[in-house]
Amino acid sequence: MAKRSAPEVNAGSMADIAFLLLIFFLVTTTIETDSGISRKLPPIDETNQEPPIIKEKNLFTVLISKDNQLLVEEELMELKDLRKAAIEFLDNGGGQGEDACSYCKGKKDPASSDNPDKAIISLKNERETTYATYISVQNELVAAYNVLRDRRAQDLYGVSFKEMEKSYSDVNFTGNKEKLKEKIEKIKLEYPQKLSEVQN
Amino acid sequence: MSKFKKKKSGELPAISTASLPDIVFMLLFFFMVATVMRENTLMIENRLPSATEVEKLDKKDLIMYIYAGQPQERFQGKYGKESRIQLNDKFADVSDIQAFVAAERASKREELRDYLTAALKVDKEANMGLIGDIKQELRKANALKINYTTREGDISANKKGNY
Repeated sequence: MAKRSAPEVNAGSMADIAFLLLIFFLVTTTIETDSGISRKLPPIDETNQEPPIIKEKNLFTVLISKDNQLLVEEELMELKDLRKAAIEFLDNGGGQGEDACSYCKGKKDPASSDNPDKAIISLKNERETTYATYISVQNELVAAYNVLRDRRAQDLYGVSFKEMEKSYSDVNFTGNKEKLKEKIEKIKLEYPQKLSEVQN
Repeated sequence: MSKFKKKKSGELPAISTASLPDIVFMLLFFFMVATVMRENTLMIENRLPSATEVEKLDKKDLIMYIYAGQPQERFQGKYGKESRIQLNDKFADVSDIQAFVAAERASKREELRDYLTAALKVDKEANMGLIGDIKQELRKANALKINYTTREGDISANKKGNY
């Protein structure tokens, strides 16, 4: 008997199968969100040291009530006004002598903060506060710092702070990274994020 | 002359689709390789809040995820409607966090342990009391780097009834 050649398998439906798989993977995979607001928690201090004395005027208290209302410096405030109020407080620069702030552009109100290094924002929330409100407030406060840092970076180096950080983490950055880091550190030092959360 | 006439068969030749499977397979492999499957099956509601001032977390292997929120409907009979913590694939108590952090630490290389970040994926509706407890536990476990995972977007989306 003559050898019969094996019949050719029809591969026309291969594309269909592959498409099916492709669509399955397209649909089932979720691209995970992995961006957010980074914070650092304070370490637990066992030693009972005296809390440093902070002048009332250098403290900016934000309280989120259980009805998700904002109490800023003992006054009710809308969320949309918080960023502006925080910027005004941080950038006030009302200090005299060695506390004076040469780069602040605020009102220099003696009743508000001395300089950004001294200014502390104190955030307190109730147990019943919802997380969404808390994040909104955190966002606004971080935004206030970022606005000030951006402005300072623009004044000093002509680029925004965000761009500086971006080019610092960019592997293809061609400039001098050491210098860039110095610049970033300088601005961070001028507008340090002093955000304290009250434990309840 | 006949030499030239031969080609003129009149109709257009059909385009070969033989390479179509190859192209599709290429796409398929790309998606299979590039996508990360969800590590944990969520048992809680997890609608993340929005924020504008976000930073990217780049090192995926150095993140431990802590989920919190209301149990999903099918678990509500067993666990109630109160917000709960989920670690890995199961519901957990606040007291389990320290052990969880220790386990996560132990699974990482020693020189990388300091860079471990806790990503809090918390539902918008959760109460801050629970978050406060989580944070306190993290402090006790000395896991101080945290990240509130959010979506990128305007904070007006966080208002009540705007989900």
